[in-house]
Amino acid sequence: MLKLPIYLDNNATTPMDPRVLEAMTPYFLEHYGNAASRNHPFGWEAEEAVDYAREQVAKLIGADPKEIIFTSGATESDNLAIKGVYEMYASKGNHIITVTTEHKAVLDTCKHIEKIGGEVTYLEVNAEGLIDLKELEAAIKPTTILIAIMYANNEIGVVMPIKEISAIARKHGVLLFTDGTQAVGKIPVDVNKDGIDLMAFSAHKMYGPKGVGALYVRRKNPRVKVTAQMDGGGHERGMRSGTLNVPGIVGFGKACELCRLDMEEDTKRISKLRDHLETELLKLEEAYVNGSREHRLPHVTNISFKYVEGEGLLMGFNKNIALSSGSACTSASLEPSYVLKALGLGDDLAHSSLRFGLGRFTTEEQIEYTIKAISETVLKLREMSPLWEMYKEGIDLNTIEWAAH
Amino acid sequence: MAYSEKVIDHYQNPKNVGTLDKSAKNVGTGLVGAPECGDVMRLQIQVDDAGVITDAKFKTFGCGSAIASSSLATEWLKGKSVDEALKIDNMAIVEELNLPPVKIHCSVLAEDAIKSAINDYRVKNGLEEIKFAESVVH
Repeated sequence: MLKLPIYLDNNATTPMDPRVLEAMTPYFLEHYGNAASRNHPFGWEAEEAVDYAREQVAKLIGADPKEIIFTSGATESDNLAIKGVYEMYASKGNHIITVTTEHKAVLDTCKHIEKIGGEVTYLEVNAEGLIDLKELEAAIKPTTILIAIMYANNEIGVVMPIKEISAIARKHGVLLFTDGTQAVGKIPVDVNKDGIDLMAFSAHKMYGPKGVGALYVRRKNPRVKVTAQMDGGGHERGMRSGTLNVPGIVGFGKACELCRLDMEEDTKRISKLRDHLETELLKLEEAYVNGSREHRLPHVTNISFKYVEGEGLLMGFNKNIALSSGSACTSASLEPSYVLKALGLGDDLAHSSLRFGLGRFTTEEQIEYTIKAISETVLKLREMSPLWEMYKEGIDLNTIEWAAH
Repeated sequence: MAYSEKVIDHYQNPKNVGTLDKSAKNVGTGLVGAPECGDVMRLQIQVDDAGVITDAKFKTFGCGSAIASSSLATEWLKGKSVDEALKIDNMAIVEELNLPPVKIHCSVLAEDAIKSAINDYRVKNGLEEIKFAESVVH
């Protein structure tokens, strides 16, 4: 029997894998020590658990365990990386290069940097959601200290050419920070093969608990340092003070291990479901995939259904299917998704988009239900849409003088 | 955000979806909003010789609250005289549908659509266009 509601918002967060919870439980009730307590078994057990988790996390991304700094999540890691590099390398320069489609945790941190005297270049993306590498190289100046470009985008799943980007960064002696939140655990990420100097990622996007994440900070070739943004007991090699969230870290470690072991099989299964979903939904007239389909995460698709509005569309099934929309109405602001707009989509298409994030626990039955429910709702709403009627009558909507409000 | 039951009901069973002959002299059409803003409403009224609205239809591109606001507006319009219809206030729609503050603009749009349809009807029938104060929201 199909159980409702169906969860297809795995880019927002993932359910926790029961195996992760199982690993965590003893660290709440029995082994509750503070990992920084050096003088008794409770502390030793906690420290050992953290060390083990650090190895599990490091192994997933091909890093050395000493290069993993535990944080409260990707937002904190983004802040620590950008602000930490900005402060640490102040004598070298004050210029940062990033991209307009980054997550707000990166964009708003960059805005903060500008406020305190830094200079930031925001690269634009093409219709596929990808940057122009020549433009990136041309943007580098003698004062550039950091390139901050995400590994994969949270709204459209587009994967950036990180290897090519890091080659450019290396050539000019600039550090590369990548927000790996959506990519790590989903596709192979290797900090050495990819040439990454700093990387943020989070447990709850890979079937681990919320409230724990990491910042990878390279220790060799080059040795990278960041100025701590949280002062205190000098935890995490002085880069991030604060008592370690031991159960969370244990869960994070387990989640990383499971992703490493299951990735190949998960990807095969999930991408097949995603492709099926996409193929079926694209059979509807005037439906378009947003962003590159070639350079993309295996579990994500973002589709615009022209002439129906995203929130209205969601309402047709959101009791039974959890999805998100690029429409303004779903958020507090009245602007539709800035990521979709950066691809050059008109506001109308941005308003008409749905983001599908499949996951480890998505089933074929769920996808069949989703295809049917969405197709029916799109058809029903188009019957109700004045824009659809005009389109069908051959009226070019751009020729109409809309009373913008 | 949770929708009120009335909004859900109008969304699931919208009243008076459709199209009237916009070239007919006794039909007034109002098209308001813009695709870029995520909502477009088209509201039409059919008026008899006595100035009574005998039929009303809508089509809306927008969120559930926008659909519900226009559906409700067409229900209220039917049987009213054109002069009575002019008195329909957006806040009455807000109240009836329990719209939260972020959705008040949907009711404003519905009021605008009514006025715009009435003006279209008036102009077609040699009457003067009514000048309305600019709506506050949007």
